[in-house]
Amino acid sequence: MQATRDFSHYVRHLESGLSHIDLAVEGVNCAGCMSKIERGLSALPDVTLARVNLTDRRVALEWKEGTLDPARFIDRLAELGYKAYPFEPVRAEAVETEQASFLLRCLGVAAFAAMNIMMLSIPVWSGNVSDMIPEQRDFFHWLSALIALPAAAYSGQPFFRSALRALRARRTNMDVPISIGIVLALAMSVAETIHHAEHAYFDAALMLLAFLLAGRYLDQSMRRKTRAVAGNLAALKGETATKFVGTDEISVVPIAAVQAGDIVLLRPGERSAVDGSVIEGQSKIDQSLITGETLPVKAGPGTAVYAGTLNLSGALRVRVSAASEGTLLAEISRLLDNAVQSRSRYVQLADRASRLYAPVVHAAALLTMLGWAAYGATWHDAIVTAISVLIITCPCALGLAIPAVQTVVSGAMFRTGVLLNSGDAIERMAEVDRVVFDKTGTLTLPELDVTNAADVPNDVFELAGRLALASHHPVAAAVARASGAKAPLAGVEEIAGQGVRGSVNGLEVRLGRPSFCGADLIANEILCRDPEASVVAFRHGETRHVFAVRQRLRADAAGAISTLLKAGIEVEILSGDREPAVRHAAETLGIHEWRAGVTPADKIVRIEELKRRGVKVLMVGDGMNDAPALAAAHVSMSPVSATHLSQATADLVFLGDRLAPVVTAIGFSRKALRLMRQNLWLAAGYNLLAVPLAIAGLATPLVAAAAMSGSSLLVILNALRAHRGVREFS
Amino acid sequence: MEVLVFLVPLALTLGAIGLMGFLWSLKNGQYDDLEGAGWRAIADDEPASEEPVPVPSTGTGRR
Repeated sequence: MQATRDFSHYVRHLESGLSHIDLAVEGVNCAGCMSKIERGLSALPDVTLARVNLTDRRVALEWKEGTLDPARFIDRLAELGYKAYPFEPVRAEAVETEQASFLLRCLGVAAFAAMNIMMLSIPVWSGNVSDMIPEQRDFFHWLSALIALPAAAYSGQPFFRSALRALRARRTNMDVPISIGIVLALAMSVAETIHHAEHAYFDAALMLLAFLLAGRYLDQSMRRKTRAVAGNLAALKGETATKFVGTDEISVVPIAAVQAGDIVLLRPGERSAVDGSVIEGQSKIDQSLITGETLPVKAGPGTAVYAGTLNLSGALRVRVSAASEGTLLAEISRLLDNAVQSRSRYVQLADRASRLYAPVVHAAALLTMLGWAAYGATWHDAIVTAISVLIITCPCALGLAIPAVQTVVSGAMFRTGVLLNSGDAIERMAEVDRVVFDKTGTLTLPELDVTNAADVPNDVFELAGRLALASHHPVAAAVARASGAKAPLAGVEEIAGQGVRGSVNGLEVRLGRPSFCGADLIANEILCRDPEASVVAFRHGETRHVFAVRQRLRADAAGAISTLLKAGIEVEILSGDREPAVRHAAETLGIHEWRAGVTPADKIVRIEELKRRGVKVLMVGDGMNDAPALAAAHVSMSPVSATHLSQATADLVFLGDRLAPVVTAIGFSRKALRLMRQNLWLAAGYNLLAVPLAIAGLATPLVAAAAMSGSSLLVILNALRAHRGVREFS
Repeated sequence: MEVLVFLVPLALTLGAIGLMGFLWSLKNGQYDDLEGAGWRAIADDEPASEEPVPVPSTGTGRR
């Protein structure tokens, strides 16, 4: 049934005459899977490399060019029991990988330098209290400088660059005091070495860099990991399009290989993976993923279809358009741009802390200098003391306080099925006091489900399911899914626009429109009770049954909503769907505030109105029509089944069929924010102890080293407490 | 204290070798899959008849 699969788009040709492909693999989570896959794939002839990456859940394959079709790897993995699909790294991910490896290089350099300088510092410290002669001390200091200066110049780059960027934009961030502290510490140490002084702070500067880089790297690697998993999920959807390569010749190609202007075939029951407009064919389409409207609409030449549109009845030929052509899409991207721009730049907790912190510390250092000078100390001594104040207070623990918590919490969230798209989402999530839900695909499951399964005898259901397997119609597909039928009936005939029919034990079986099965009466009865449902009738001889099919609420939606309400968080529905459908969902879930038939622009208006009232809104939505609202809200979340645009816009993405991750994400974030605040206070408290020593001129490099590592350990240990689960809300 | 003439360059050389080793292993993609690397250490050896799993060339883990 499947046309040729063409994966050549994903294959990279290496210079050595080898071809390379990366596959995302589902379900690889243990060492056993790893060796099973590697052995299974290496057994294919001409494969030169098969290596699983367990962190990213991917496998890299290389083979002699031209000897193998990449589709064979996917089939082979399917035989082994793993679903796999070629993976094309998105640019953002490549950039993050590059950054992570640069940070790790910096960390390596800083850590090695710090250790070697510490090795030279300890003899100085012990020599200072015993019998070291000044020449030896100078020698050790010069050696330290030799290591420290190039190492700091290299590994300090992430901080120096970020600090410069902030200063150029006339802002300040955490990296500004860090950079000032490091540069001054090094400069003073060099000056002191020249003057044969007792103390140099090379070790403190490098240790500080190493600790801070460790925090940065942890932060980065957690983000990279969630991004990799999100990338895999997208790849494993395996979205393909049936593209016309000649007038009537078609080929199934990955979506990445389709370009604007191509013509693709959209069969009944298929979800479009591209945006475009119909050029040939008549059909009904379901735009619920785009507009939230669950009733099908007519489509003919000229109708615009979007990625996510479900084709219901007839085959359509679609000309792929560039993203800007479609009217709805253009409108949405315009709204999206505005929303992104108007989103007041959220100031992260770390930056807020540094705005408070930097002036205080710099003022303290200045006062120390002036104080000592007034007290009669030489300018040299006064400046040295002032700089040692800066070094002692250098925000080592402060720099770790927040990334450490973020890393631990995003790891914990990851395990409960929530992926973080942006780093500061945790802080914003913690402040949420109102959740605005979209209905279709968010409160409800994206797939249709049979609602009256209990009224239908099991054997009838199963038979209907087997018959339904022969049809592409989404309503029939829902019946097939719900019945759990595996074996399609043989010899089934599809009658366009009516349904399918076959025969069992000499009796005719039919599945389709109620009129096709002579079941109009039963169907009308069901529609009276539930006007929102779609119906599909089944007839076997003289037995007739009608299935009611509709989108079903997520199983735990009611529980999740009541948990939110109990925690004092307001809940609201903003849906593009018709009033009765929204009213029904709202009443079932006990939500009092709801709006139906809302356009994307109205959604933004509502969100802005809430924002003006000072409400911190969490928007949860999946449709393309939700994307602008997702961007406008204080923080946003999308189910993994959402459209690309929504997923890319949302701050968090949750996996699975349950709504509970929304609740746990808020719980985790609140806990995280508490820990971040505690950490900042711990770091500040440490400074309160160490600063008086420094101001008094008693801070030696030894005190600085002890203060720094002690406070860093303390905040890391405190951050680890976020690991433990959250008790709903506190 | 003449021993310093020996010991200091020795210490610095050892430090430099360690750093080079780290940078080499980083460039070689050995930190690309920390989870998998941990498991590989305790995985059963390949049977002698099969070809050993080839070591990946530079950066093939992911790009």
